[in-house]
Amino acid sequence: MHPFAYTAAQTPQDVTTRGSHPPHPDILAGGTDLLQLLKERVRTPAELIDINGLDLGGIDEKNGCLRVGALVRMSELAADPRVTRDWPVVSKALLDSASAQVRNMASIAGNLLQRTRCPYFRDATTPCNKRDPGTGCSALDGLNRTHAILGTSDRCIAAHPSDLAVALVALDARISILGPDGEDEVAVENLHRLPGDTPHMETVLQPGDLITAIHIPASECARRSHYVKVRDRASFEWALVSAAVGLDMDGGTISDARVAVGGVGTKPWRLRTVESLLIGKAPGPQVFKAAADRAADGAQPRGGNAYKVELLKHTVTRALMELGGCA
Amino acid sequence: MPEPANNTPLTAAMAADITLDVNGARHTLHLDVRTTLLDALRDHLGLTGTKKGCDLGQCGACTVLVDGRPVVSCLTLAATQQGRAVTTIEGLERDGKLHPVQEAFIEHDAFQCGYCTPGQIMAAVGLLNEGVPTTDAAIRERMSGNLCRCGAYVNIVEAVKAAAAMATPDQKG
Repeated sequence: MHPFAYTAAQTPQDVTTRGSHPPHPDILAGGTDLLQLLKERVRTPAELIDINGLDLGGIDEKNGCLRVGALVRMSELAADPRVTRDWPVVSKALLDSASAQVRNMASIAGNLLQRTRCPYFRDATTPCNKRDPGTGCSALDGLNRTHAILGTSDRCIAAHPSDLAVALVALDARISILGPDGEDEVAVENLHRLPGDTPHMETVLQPGDLITAIHIPASECARRSHYVKVRDRASFEWALVSAAVGLDMDGGTISDARVAVGGVGTKPWRLRTVESLLIGKAPGPQVFKAAADRAADGAQPRGGNAYKVELLKHTVTRALMELGGCA
Repeated sequence: MPEPANNTPLTAAMAADITLDVNGARHTLHLDVRTTLLDALRDHLGLTGTKKGCDLGQCGACTVLVDGRPVVSCLTLAATQQGRAVTTIEGLERDGKLHPVQEAFIEHDAFQCGYCTPGQIMAAVGLLNEGVPTTDAAIRERMSGNLCRCGAYVNIVEAVKAAAAMATPDQKG
């Protein structure tokens, strides 16, 4: 690790003030990603500011919305009985993530801000536009079996790694942000940027911004929801493809649908075309498959990850079949 | 050990007096703030039961309990652990008696070379503390953060199931 100064924040304003001025310290919460990045010298900040002592925990339900403090740990949210009952896709996405140890450590906000698992990003000796802007993308014509097929650019094809973010995007969750100029709120779907020409700019957060909470609205789609994750190992592995789905029924007809996917996008990816093809139909294998056939619209595979096009359609179909009681 | 600081001199904020509560004993150490909990335990407190494997949170050899829950000590900065109760493999025995999970690992031959064993046992103690279902599938899922290169997984699962049947609340870690 490159030497850094360490301070423990006493108030959220410590973070917004110090964060908006040089040397722009890295924020330390659970540390499960940041410590890896420090050890691999992917991050070499001059200063760390530890926010674990701040009062940013707690899970509260009010007015049909679940408010989750930024520092709630993954295991705590996954096990909350309100979450397993009314937001099962959130619990399943969390329990399908990482290991028990990491889930005990990693914060909810940090989960959304974890960096890509692209092996070139994490190898400080190789060119990477996300880590070192302008050096090139090693994955474009390199080992790209795990990379994104949606939302890519000719500068970066790194996949976003969070499972939780996929579930939150499906459920229209929002985050509260405290910044140097006050509070703001943004949809999780709009938190991450597409790589375009600036893959090193991953979110809409500005220096000094601090995520303070996540808000997950209740809905029938949230109550009847499911997460399917396809990966190389049964556990402790990132998604090759994943799907978060939710269905609301009016009699025998689908009245609302939510579909978002992971492992395939440069950011968590909502599939509104697939949703629209489900709404108004009676649930069943043919309807699910016809809708899921549009899941990879616009995909731009590159050699090693071409298999993800078909795998994506099958994963969405499977998630809908399991949720709809057809599997 | 933290790597040498190259030519960058350490400033005052790059080292700190850090007080750790480990196995019920309090220790104040003057540490480079980059020191992980793992390195503090092994190199500064001489508690070498906790092992360093990958040092990147992927193998689980460094698993310890913090406030009763398993964490990977290699991805934990010692400076962030003040005021928390750390339990290592050395802290499991009571009055010379091994913890039920330790007994079960011996009884069920749940190791070969032994390098991953302290981490496996701490993860299992944490799992039993939570009272999660102890089906084979649940144990395998909840202990997937602990790799065993000898492949003792089958007997590890048996040991954890046996310990779950034996454990009483006052024997928890």
